Amino acid sequence: MATQNNGVAVSVTHTQPLWLLAEITYRCPLHCAFCYNPTDYDKHTQNELSTEQWINVLRDARKLGALQLGISGGEPLLRNDIEEIVVEAKKLGYYSNLITSGVGLTEKRIQVFKEGGLDHIQLSMHDITEEINNFITNTKTFELKKKVAAMIKSHGYPMVLNVVIHRYNIGHIKEILDMAEALGADYVELANTQYYGWSLINRNQLMPTKEQIDYAEKVTNEFREKIGNKMKVFFVVPDYFSDRPKKCMNGWGEVFMIVTANGDVLPCHSARVLPNIEFPNVRDKGLMWAWQDSPAFNRYRGDSWMKEPCKTCPEKEKDLGGCRCQAFLLSGDAESADPVCSMSPHHHLIEKAIEDAQNPVLQAQPILFRNDKNSKKIISGEAKELVKDFHTTP
Amino acid sequence: MTIEQKDIFKIAAHHRFQWEEAQQSHVILFPEGMVKLNGSAGEVLSLVDGKNSVDQIIASLKIKFKDVEGIEKDILSMIQFALDKAWIEKAN
Ligand code: SF4
Ligand code: SF4
Repeated sequence: MATQNNGVAVSVTHTQPLWLLAEITYRCPLHCAFCYNPTDYDKHTQNELSTEQWINVLRDARKLGALQLGISGGEPLLRNDIEEIVVEAKKLGYYSNLITSGVGLTEKRIQVFKEGGLDHIQLSMHDITEEINNFITNTKTFELKKKVAAMIKSHGYPMVLNVVIHRYNIGHIKEILDMAEALGADYVELANTQYYGWSLINRNQLMPTKEQIDYAEKVTNEFREKIGNKMKVFFVVPDYFSDRPKKCMNGWGEVFMIVTANGDVLPCHSARVLPNIEFPNVRDKGLMWAWQDSPAFNRYRGDSWMKEPCKTCPEKEKDLGGCRCQAFLLSGDAESADPVCSMSPHHHLIEKAIEDAQNPVLQAQPILFRNDKNSKKIISGEAKELVKDFHTTP
Repeated sequence: MTIEQKDIFKIAAHHRFQWEEAQQSHVILFPEGMVKLNGSAGEVLSLVDGKNSVDQIIASLKIKFKDVEGIEKDILSMIQFALDKAWIEKAN
């Protein structure tokens, strides 16, 4: 389960990674239509880091200052060394978080995680209806998720549910929140789909309308009032419907560091789409160099790389010009303002995407689910039609 | 909830309080987030350990900081703040 950047409260004085996200495998038994793993992930499945290499990553990141560890994927439980990784994380003083679809979690494993010191488990949920859960993940996992939720609770873990929101479930927010309450959730994150990777190529099929989002937010606020402190509900606003971009990853190379299954070190999930940047790999010069000195991590730190309108924009500290990947994917220029911004010369691309998503003909196109076969198709260029609107393969 | 002198608090379940060398500060870690504490907040929360009562915390900080003016009020408002944020919970 890939995670989306969420309500993290941080204050930073100088550049230290606070978060390490370990995307330890791209293999996944689910096939979510909104997955924002790279569509060409199949290229990176052969060369996974070993347990020992992951342990070194953990040590080095901790030395750099990282505190929060996310163990993610793909589905991290497909690796059988999470047990060892968790123990090391505890020893090093991380607050560790397993981000999972729940597939592969057993009583035995959860017990070992608990003893090893894993701090929490974030479970992805999709809907209250079996049909939509099974449709959007392209698997039959509905019953399993409920079972896993109960297992997490019974082992004394805080229950953190992550629900990716899209056209198919946005009308069920109230019911989803009621279900979360019934399951005893402590935190619920309603993460509106952000369009990268598979979700970008399925954008026309996934994007809800502005009215649906406003309604969902209203329902969420009403629920918050009712539930009070018992359950924290985060509502991650979709940037397409706002006129300013998000401060992507809290700034390039500021607080987040992602290490992918094959050891690439990235400042954000989709950074590999950017042209002319060679991302460091832990197998080469190590993590310290990657974070502090690599040209890739320094490329978009601060704001000296900016062009107009960002360069002289009075608001530039607020969003740092938005997301570099989104800028490049949509406009073809990685240094331009994120097209979400109403001052961007490419803002019409966002307006068009919103319009297209309402076009019944485009809506009716089949969804391309995230699986190895489709990934291979994209790599070989067979699915060109689907990526033609973007400046690179998402 | 109003705080009484005899109340004992501890770091809330699912939260962790620790000193961070790299940040030179105390932090609180919890699912999906973290907070970096300033020096005085760190001092107060280091004593919130499920054993010290509020008046004991005040007494030891008064000794440590030699009766800095208004210290009692500051400590109480820090504890109240942490309680409102659900970083700490009642232990007695
Ligand atoms: S397919 Fe689904 S469960 Fe698997 S990594 Fe993607 S979003 Fe997560
Ligand atoms: S012009 Fe650039 S810096 Fe200014 S608000 Fe828009 S994206 Fe942000």
